[in-house]
Amino acid sequence: MKVEAKLEFQTSTAPKTGADLLIDLLINEGVETIFGYPGGAVLPIYDAIYRAKARINHVLFRHEQGSIHAAEGYARITGKPGVVLATSGPGATNLVTGITDAMMDSLPLVIFTGQVARSVIGTDAFQEADVMAITTPITKHNYQVQSISDLPRIVKEAFHIASTGRPGPVLIDIPKDISAGELFEEPQEVSIHLPGYQPTTKPNPLQIKKLADALGKAKKPLILAGAGVLHGKASAELTEFAEKHKLPVVTTLLGLGAFPANNPLSLGMGGMHGTYSANMAMYECDLLINIGARFDDRLTGNLKHYAPNAKVAHIDIDPAEIGKNVPTLIPIVSDAKEALVELLNQTAESPENKAWLETLNKYKAEFPLWYKHNPNGMCPQWLIEAIHKVTNGDAVVTTDVGQHQMWAAQYYNFDKPHRWVTSGGLGTMGFGFPAAIGAQMASPGSTVVAIVGDAGFQMTLQELSVIYEQNLPVKIIIVNNGALGMVRQWQELLHGNRISESILHSQPDFVKLAESYHIRGLKIETQEELITKLPEVFAYDGPVLMDCRVLQQEKVFPMIAPGKGIHEMIGVKPS
Amino acid sequence: MKRIITLTVQDRSGVLNRVTGLLQRRQFNIESISVGKTETEGISKMTLVVEVEDDQRLEQVTKQLNKQIDVLKVSDITDKAIVVRELALIKVASSSQLRSEINGIIDPFRALIIDVSKDSLAVQITGRPDKIDALIELLRPFGIKEIARTGLTAFQRGHQPQVNDLPTYSLLK
Repeated sequence: MKVEAKLEFQTSTAPKTGADLLIDLLINEGVETIFGYPGGAVLPIYDAIYRAKARINHVLFRHEQGSIHAAEGYARITGKPGVVLATSGPGATNLVTGITDAMMDSLPLVIFTGQVARSVIGTDAFQEADVMAITTPITKHNYQVQSISDLPRIVKEAFHIASTGRPGPVLIDIPKDISAGELFEEPQEVSIHLPGYQPTTKPNPLQIKKLADALGKAKKPLILAGAGVLHGKASAELTEFAEKHKLPVVTTLLGLGAFPANNPLSLGMGGMHGTYSANMAMYECDLLINIGARFDDRLTGNLKHYAPNAKVAHIDIDPAEIGKNVPTLIPIVSDAKEALVELLNQTAESPENKAWLETLNKYKAEFPLWYKHNPNGMCPQWLIEAIHKVTNGDAVVTTDVGQHQMWAAQYYNFDKPHRWVTSGGLGTMGFGFPAAIGAQMASPGSTVVAIVGDAGFQMTLQELSVIYEQNLPVKIIIVNNGALGMVRQWQELLHGNRISESILHSQPDFVKLAESYHIRGLKIETQEELITKLPEVFAYDGPVLMDCRVLQQEKVFPMIAPGKGIHEMIGVKPS
Repeated sequence: MKRIITLTVQDRSGVLNRVTGLLQRRQFNIESISVGKTETEGISKMTLVVEVEDDQRLEQVTKQLNKQIDVLKVSDITDKAIVVRELALIKVASSSQLRSEINGIIDPFRALIIDVSKDSLAVQITGRPDKIDALIELLRPFGIKEIARTGLTAFQRGHQPQVNDLPTYSLLK
C-alpha cells in the first residue's frame, strides 16, 4: 500500500530533493561551472544538474584528477572557489592529489563528494571510502552532511572558509540518501556563525610602526614577495611601496607576477633555481620583509644560512606561518593589501641603501641567467623565450613540476599578476594541462599556454577530450626531452650519474595522439621550425599541441643542492 | 618540555581525530589526552599533555591547533596556577592476608578500594600524576595485574596570583 502511494507521488509531481537544494545553493553562491565526474553515489546530484541545465554549467572531465586540477587553475585565475564534484570511493580518492595540491598552494576549492547512504556507512559498502578521515589532514575543513536541513549552512560556511583568510580546499561529503532525500520544507536563510574561525586581516598598528622604524634604519633592506600578495590582490600596492622606498624585490616561485619582472628593482625569483642576485640578496640583507611567502625549504635552502644577518619582518594572513621556519622579529598577521596600505600611510623614512642597490645591480649584471646554444638541438630555455616573445609576455602560463617548470619560471618574465599557474608546494606532475583548461574557462579571452613535460603530460593527457568538446584554444607545449628531466638532472649531479629509470624509452606519437582527440598536433625539432610555426599556432583560434623536442642533457641552473645554503649555488656561470 | 594545553572545542563528530591527527602529522608527541563535556551545551574541553622541544615548537603547536575551525580556544596553562587531576584504577594481586597491609599503604594517598575478589583488589586513586606514579611504585611489589589511567585534566584556579610569586604548582614542569 505504502510503496504504491509513494511511486504514484514520484511520477506525478517530482518533489524537490536535497540535490536540487544543493544546486540552488551553488547558484546562490555565484557558481558558474562545476568541474565533475559522475558515479553511483552522486546520481541524485547529476539528476538535479540535468534539471538545472539552463542555470549551471557542468564540465565532464575524463578523470577526477583532471577535474580538480582544472578547478585549481580556475581558482588561481579568478580568486573564486573552484567547485568540484565526484562520486564516493574511487571518485573521492582520485581527488586526493588535487586536494593536497590546493592545500599546499592555498587555492580556494569547494569539493563535493558522494557518499554511500547513511544507513550503510561503516559497513564497507560498495564504493565506500572514509573520505572524512582521508581528507581531514589535506583540507582547510571538511563536512559530512547528516541532515538535509544542514545543507544551506554547510554550503555557506564552506564557501566562506575556502575563500577567506588563507584560502584552501573545503570538502563536503554527501551521503546518497541526503542528496536523494525529499525536501519537505523550504530552507530558511542562514547566517554564518563560526566562532572558531575569525581570520585577522588588519595589521597591528604597533607592528607596522616597528617595521617602518626598522626600514628607516636598514642599510640592506629587501622585500620577499610570495603568493599572498597575489591572493590579496596587492601587486599595485607592493610596487608602489617598493618604488617609494627603493626596495629591491625577490619573488618566490608562486609569487611570480606579484612584482613586475621588468621593474629595475626586481631581482627575479629566489630559491633552489633562483637568480644569483635574488639569492645573494636574501643572504646579505639586513632587513627582510616577507610579504605572503611561507619560507618554503625550496626557497630558503639550509635554514642555518638563510638571511643570517637579517631582521625578519613577516606579513602573513596565517599566523601559523610566522616563525614556523625562520625566527621573526616583526610579526604582522594581516592581509597583504591591508598591511601594504598601512605601510604606505606611514611617514617612514626611506633607508639609505644606495650602496646596496649598486651591489645588487652588479650581481644582476655579472651573474644573469644563462644557457648555451647548441648546434645539436633546441635549448628548452630558448623555447620558453620564444613563447614569451610570441605571446608578448601576456599569456597565462601553466606548468607541471620539474625542469620545464623552472625554465618557465626563469625565462617567461612575468610582468603582470595572475598569469602564472603552477604546482608549487606539492610539485604535482600532470597538473599543468588540466589547470590550463580551468584557467582558459576562467579567462576565455586570454591566451593560455600549458608548458608541460613529456612525462607529466602523460599523467593527465586524457583531458584532451575536454578541450576539444569545450572548444578551448589552449596551446599545449610539450617540452620533450624524453626523460623525467629533473630526476635525471639530480641523478647526474647528485647520484653519481646513475640514470635510474628516468629515461622514457618509448613515447606515443604525440601528434597522432592529438589528432586522435581531434586536435591539431605539430612536431617541432629545430629552432627554425619553431620560429616559423609559433606565430601561426598562436594565431589559430583553437587548441594545438606542439611536441617540441629539446636537448635531453640541458640542466636547470643556478642550483642550490639539497642541504646547502642559499649562497652556495652551483652553475652560476657557464663552465 | 612537557606542557599542559587545554582546548575548548565544538562538540562535533571527528573533532578528536582532527586534533590528534594534526599533532601526529606535525610530529608532536601526545603524552595524554582527555575529553569531556563542559558547562556549555555543544562545547567540549580537551586537556592535552604534549612533549615539545622548545618555545618555537610550542608556539607552532598552539597556532596549528588554533587554525582548526572546530577549535575555539587554545590555552597553554602550564605556567598558570592550576588544579591538575588524574584518576587511576589499579588492580593488585592480593590474598586476604595482604589486604590490611595494602590498606595501610593506600590510606595516606586517600585512595579507595573499590573492588575485592578472591585473589585481587582494585584501588581507585585521584590526584596529580606524580602522586599516582608514587602509589603505583609502592603497590608494585604486590604484583600489579592491570592499570587504567584517565589521563590528566586541569583548569585554572579561581584566583591567579602574580606569575612571579607563583611556586610551581604544576608538577609537570
